Amino acid sequence: MLIDEHPERARVLEEVLRCAGYAVVLRATGKTDLAAQVRKTNPDVILIDMESPDRDTLEAMHTLTREQPTPVVMFVDQSDSESIQRAVRAGVSGYIVGAVSPDRVKPIMEVAIARFREFQSLRDELERTRSSLAARKNIEKAKGILMKRRGMSEDEAYQALRKLAMDRNQRLEDVAVNVISISEYL
Amino acid sequence: MSLEKPNLRLGVMRLTDCAPLVIAKERGFFAAEDLSVELSLEASWANIRDKVVAGILDGAQMLAAMPVAATLGLGGISRPTIAPLSLDLNGNAVTVSNTLYGLLENADLSQGSRPIRMAMALARLVDEGKRSGRAPFTFATVFPFSTHNYELRYWFASAGINPDEDLNLVTIPPPQMVAQLEAGKIDGFCVGEPWNTLAVQRGIGTVAVANYSIWNNAPEKVFAVNADWAAANPRTLQALLRALIQAGRWIDQPENRVETVHVIAGESHIGVPTEAIASSMTGQFQTRVGGEILSVPDFNVFFRYGAGFPWLSHAEWVVTQMYRWGQINAPLDIRRIAENVYRPDLYREAASSLGISVPACSRKTEGTHDTVWKLDGTLGPIEMGPDLFMDGKTFDPDRLVDYLRGQTVKNLRISLDALAQYNR
Repeated sequence: MLIDEHPERARVLEEVLRCAGYAVVLRATGKTDLAAQVRKTNPDVILIDMESPDRDTLEAMHTLTREQPTPVVMFVDQSDSESIQRAVRAGVSGYIVGAVSPDRVKPIMEVAIARFREFQSLRDELERTRSSLAARKNIEKAKGILMKRRGMSEDEAYQALRKLAMDRNQRLEDVAVNVISISEYL
Repeated sequence: MSLEKPNLRLGVMRLTDCAPLVIAKERGFFAAEDLSVELSLEASWANIRDKVVAGILDGAQMLAAMPVAATLGLGGISRPTIAPLSLDLNGNAVTVSNTLYGLLENADLSQGSRPIRMAMALARLVDEGKRSGRAPFTFATVFPFSTHNYELRYWFASAGINPDEDLNLVTIPPPQMVAQLEAGKIDGFCVGEPWNTLAVQRGIGTVAVANYSIWNNAPEKVFAVNADWAAANPRTLQALLRALIQAGRWIDQPENRVETVHVIAGESHIGVPTEAIASSMTGQFQTRVGGEILSVPDFNVFFRYGAGFPWLSHAEWVVTQMYRWGQINAPLDIRRIAENVYRPDLYREAASSLGISVPACSRKTEGTHDTVWKLDGTLGPIEMGPDLFMDGKTFDPDRLVDYLRGQTVKNLRISLDALAQYNR
């Protein structure tokens, strides 16, 4: 999917993409209902002019609706190539500098998609690590509370939490959070 | 001592509250600080954020929630970003299509202030729509991490509407709002000026509420830079802040408002007729062609009421809303986030050097003043504005999690008990 306010440039870019073996499923501008179009065409990758106002719409679709994110490749006019190189160094996104040839487009697209997947999996992993760390901390804390208030040994406290979790059909970490929050009122 | 970086590029959006940056340039406040500034008109908030992150822009006008989002990496890559200055208070409104306004007027059966009545009327229409199976109304804001988004949702939620279940919320850049409303793609939007007035003057929409009446003197835009940039260019940053504070003070003198309107309306800045900007900037806000004129003298506040001060409590309110609407799903220390992102210390240094009285505290309770009040300042009392919420609730920065518990409609992605452990 290609988003560009300038029809002439979009036509050239589409031609270049076609030669590189990509099919453009939709050429869009801000006048169209972008969110609906993305949902309908479900593109593998979205190319957008960095200066397009539609970037905010595109971004919000991913952050607000938490839809399956799509890799986004930005492109800019050559005059701005220094900017875009800095943006890429900072990790903003994949990029294509204006007036490219088909043999240069392909590697850029592939790298952008690969980097996007890498970033996604890193983010998922970080999310998992973060929540399991927090869970472990809570369980330790809840065990501590039970040991102190009920005079249990560490193993007894852990078994008590596990039993609570099974009885209530809850996850161990949720039970731990409950124990901690209730303890404030004891 | 000389400035580390006298030649700067700052980003602005086509909105009335780009005024402090434009006036600082056009009226020579930057030049008086030995700064040579190029203003770069940007097409999207995402672009502003990315260019500041990448160092393509030295700093920019940002939505109050953006530096928090950029620091936490919400919606983009994470890079510590700071807000040493608030650019203005208020400035937004909710505009609906004339068709929807007609329906709202018919469903307007409640008592109370305009925002309460309008929200209740909308809730009635939403209920009717659910029963009859009509497609939900579509409302647009400008960016997920914006006061517009949080204020609009606050307004919906006050009448029991859950925006994520009962409505369709989309993001549209400000300059496209009017066209999308005209094309019938959206039923309403919440945006800064001049886009509400433009919709009204073209006969396309009617203003349902000015956001001032959702929350009096709410934070709006900030001036933001990278934390690294600030550390590397401390003297330049102070010079910038002094220029922008003086520009804000100049704009807030009533006799300068008309000139401000003429300067910012030009093609190189906002690029709309001066009439579209004048009505909100002079406090006479028109709700529809030939219709009621709302007198909102504080529609745009740039300096009065301590407007420039980046209150930690404002940043904390923003973070509570990020939790409320599921934008953050990890438990974090909200006060620490605010202290890392909002930097009242940098504002104090700049304002004090100009002889301006600044608040000694960095947090304040919201929702307790229905009229102008006095706050102790370092160089004498500061006149502060009203700070009521439309539903009469109070925001106490010492009880952030309790505040979230007190919000009836919310779409949390984390348990408040877990959040409370990090916010004692």
